[in-house]
Amino acid sequence: MGSFHSRSEEVQELADKTGFTSDQIEHLHRRFKQLSGDQPTICRENFDNIPDLELNPIRSKIIRAFFDKRNLRQAPGGLADEINFEDFLTIMSYFRPIEMDMDEEQLDRFRKEKLKFLFHMYDSDHDGKITLQEYRKVVEELLSGNPHLEKESARSIADGAMMEAASICVGQMEPDQVYEGITFEDFLKIWQGIDIETKMHVRFLNMETIPHCH
Amino acid sequence: MGYQGHILLWAQRELEEAPGRHPESSLGGCLLLGLLALAAASEHEGQGDAGEPHIFQIVTFKWHHVQDPYIIALWILVASLAKIVFHLSHKVTTVIPESALLIFLGLFLGGIVWAADHIASFTLTPTVFFFYLLPPIVLDAGYFMPNRLFFGNLGTILLYAVIGTIWNAATTGLSLYGVYLSGAMGHLDIGLLDFLLFGSLIAAVDPVAVLAVFEEVHVNDVLFIIVFGESLLNDAVTVVLYNVFDAFVAIGADNVTCTDCLKGIVSFFVVSLGGTFIGIVFAFLLSLVTRFTKHVRIIEPGFVFVISYLSYLTSEMLSLSAILAITFCGICCQKYVKANISEQSSTTVRYTMKMLASGAETIIFMFLGISAVNPQIWTWNTAFILLTLVFISVYRVIGVVLQTWVLNHYRMVQLGIIDQVVMSYGGLRGAVAFALVALLDKNKVKEKDLFVSTTIIVVFFTVIFQGLTIKPLVQWLKVKRSEHREPKLNEKLHGRAFDHILSAIEDISGQIGHNYLRDKWINFDRKVLSKVLMRRSAQKSRDQILNVFHQLNLKDAISYVAEGERRGSLAFIRSPSSDNMVNVNFNTSRPMGMEASVSYLRENASSVCLDMQALEQRRKSIRDREDMTTHHTLHQYLYKPSRHEIIQNEDEKQDKEIFQRTMRKRLESFKSTKLGVKHPKKINKTHKRDRGQKRVRGECFMTLAHTDVICFLLDMEFSEPEENEYEHLHTGTGIDFLANVTKQNFTETSGIDNPAFSDDDGQSVYMRFPPWLSNEDTVVPSQRARVQIPYSPSNFRRLTPLRLSNKSVDSFLLADGPEERPRSFLPESTHM
Repeated sequence: MGSFHSRSEEVQELADKTGFTSDQIEHLHRRFKQLSGDQPTICRENFDNIPDLELNPIRSKIIRAFFDKRNLRQAPGGLADEINFEDFLTIMSYFRPIEMDMDEEQLDRFRKEKLKFLFHMYDSDHDGKITLQEYRKVVEELLSGNPHLEKESARSIADGAMMEAASICVGQMEPDQVYEGITFEDFLKIWQGIDIETKMHVRFLNMETIPHCH
Repeated sequence: MGYQGHILLWAQRELEEAPGRHPESSLGGCLLLGLLALAAASEHEGQGDAGEPHIFQIVTFKWHHVQDPYIIALWILVASLAKIVFHLSHKVTTVIPESALLIFLGLFLGGIVWAADHIASFTLTPTVFFFYLLPPIVLDAGYFMPNRLFFGNLGTILLYAVIGTIWNAATTGLSLYGVYLSGAMGHLDIGLLDFLLFGSLIAAVDPVAVLAVFEEVHVNDVLFIIVFGESLLNDAVTVVLYNVFDAFVAIGADNVTCTDCLKGIVSFFVVSLGGTFIGIVFAFLLSLVTRFTKHVRIIEPGFVFVISYLSYLTSEMLSLSAILAITFCGICCQKYVKANISEQSSTTVRYTMKMLASGAETIIFMFLGISAVNPQIWTWNTAFILLTLVFISVYRVIGVVLQTWVLNHYRMVQLGIIDQVVMSYGGLRGAVAFALVALLDKNKVKEKDLFVSTTIIVVFFTVIFQGLTIKPLVQWLKVKRSEHREPKLNEKLHGRAFDHILSAIEDISGQIGHNYLRDKWINFDRKVLSKVLMRRSAQKSRDQILNVFHQLNLKDAISYVAEGERRGSLAFIRSPSSDNMVNVNFNTSRPMGMEASVSYLRENASSVCLDMQALEQRRKSIRDREDMTTHHTLHQYLYKPSRHEIIQNEDEKQDKEIFQRTMRKRLESFKSTKLGVKHPKKINKTHKRDRGQKRVRGECFMTLAHTDVICFLLDMEFSEPEENEYEHLHTGTGIDFLANVTKQNFTETSGIDNPAFSDDDGQSVYMRFPPWLSNEDTVVPSQRARVQIPYSPSNFRRLTPLRLSNKSVDSFLLADGPEERPRSFLPESTHM
């Protein structure tokens, strides 16, 4: 902790990059250390130690997103083995709430970035398209929390959703056309007119961490 | 239903007590209602009865016997009729809120009553208001509360409700007292406590007024829930403040001690938390009861009303906040009750609740108007009344701005200036204030009349003036409106994904936020509460996403049926072949490749209300059998993971080519048909259908074409019976003919070729089977498939003239040939 304070310039730099306040960064840094066991980097296994995450039906996808190089803005594809604090902050910064003084353009970019995060989570093979298989997988996982639902219904829901997506995006399809999958542009189209103000934001407080996480 | 009827009756009967307090009022009511003769007769009868009681009369006229219920029923009738009249003119109701119109009506009727009797016969008495008129409205609000939105903004709502109300009460009361001390109001027999008492009853924003006005304005959800939530939850504060100051006034200002003040503060927590607790207990009880009503479906809806009403009465009995109790009863039970009760009961509950609430609201506003016509209560004090108006408006604004400033430090979605303006402006006062002020004891509060008149003025001012102007204001400020969108499956799925992501992020970043708490609550709910409170079958199907899926499927199904009906065919319902029944039920064959989930969806008590549902029930058994075969066939032939995986031989390709071309043509004709359709009020419906068509076009060959192909097939079926029906009309051979046609087609198509097919080039191309059936023959097509699928291409030829018909009747006639003459009705049908 003490050493962290001395590197206030570094904190400032991170703050500029990610838009967090230095308080929040400090807080997240504490949490990062807690998760990593005082190591400079964090790997997948560290996430498994978070007890609250265990019940999350899509936890593997979420953890994966942390190591996704697309989200880390490092490479168009591939997974990182471990991430450092800056990367951790980068991922977290996807969830910053909208600020009052943002103009239209910034808002739009902000929104796109958030959606991109979700898109990348769906698009597990990094080909820029959510195929039916991928979609089904996600829906299956999403609904896996309900033990009474069978895989079959999840599949048909995914199919239905995919069809809906197709009808929204490619309304005037030629009969012999095949809808390959949802591209990011299509994805944006689906989200058109839907507020994500409350949906993709976490309030990063300056409050104490949950004390016992291990 | 029967049970509910009882409740309703009972409620009405209780309502009667109001005029019952004024027995002399009967005459006025009768005069007013044009029942002069009746009243005169009743008097006469009364005397007659007294004079000669022993003579047997064949027909007796017993007005006094029925007087009270009769008057109540008539009042309700008048109010309801008035509503009809208001809505005759669309212009009036879009400009003036209904509540304001009702107040005017009340004033008018009150004037007539006054002119007739010179006694204010009918007033809104607190008992009637609090026991019978308020509970339905609040229950309605609670039961249909968007829980997620409500709890998401609970902090904000609570702040406005508690601090805001206290602020309003204190500042208004104190300022008025200050002005009074300065002598601007002249001499009044009034003390500081009276002012505070008045401040506390005038401070609270009224749920009834807010609902009435905001329902017509359609501001965005967050804004609405904040204003409305505040108006509901501030009840506890109002009740406590009112009781405390009422008690203080009674003991006298000099005798109030510090302990009393402390007791007041404690009582606030007891009243609010106690009320909430009672509500939750009764909600638990209600959910539990509905779990076991499987065999008494008919009285199921009754439980909802009775038990929630009991929660209201119980907390009233314990002098806790009754509004909070019934609100939370509704909020907490809604999920479980809706899952437990059958779909029909759910619909019944919904409509009964809406009816009661809307009726109560109507009566409240009308009686507010009527109550105002009573010279005895009017005491005018310009300074007092005007200053009250000024103070409540100004302090409301100040309070909102201050609180929002604080809140915006904590809120994720900030409340902007525009929101604040609407929130300040939406601080409407209403019947609660009036009922409270009417409850005051004149012996203790000397200036009761002044308070009453001021309250009436304030209520009228806020409801009429602010209600009138809020709509233009909202438009002028460009407040974000709530838009009613069709729920999208994708949206729901992504929403669910977001929820999980957010709670995961909160877990990872190690903080306890909304999402964290919600996640924990959902887990708890699923593991414990739902198991206790929900039926086993309901637990299975109770997933929001499944519901949306189900609803969308139903909607699609309805729109396709509607399409068939619009084009003049009801024959698919009553045609002789039992197979045709499945036409109605195609929604269930939609979730293909999932027998299991089909049954889930069927058990699923969706909240969609359909007249079709009764029908569906009866047909379940046939359908189940049908489904199996249909599903299997369709799955075999239609539902391929990818089009490219279908091995095609030469023959098939050709078939496909033809099929595609015809499809395209058919869809075009569909489109042009639709252009001719005039559905001014059903634009979105048409749009929906349009979308459905697009889907057919795009996706028939898509990998996941399952459902729409079915729908498409059904579409074709629709046009078929239409044909038959028409011929049936003209040939007069009746149902037998229909049967023959179907049979004929059956034999014909299961045999060889179907010649009914026209190509672009005009060549007659013969089609052995539609491509999807000619794939392989390992699976025998189901009855339905055999009867209807191969037989459907004949529609294509019939659709061609349909398209032409929009341009010119001649060409259409030409195209069809003389023997097709009866079809000339088609141009009409396209304009239906």
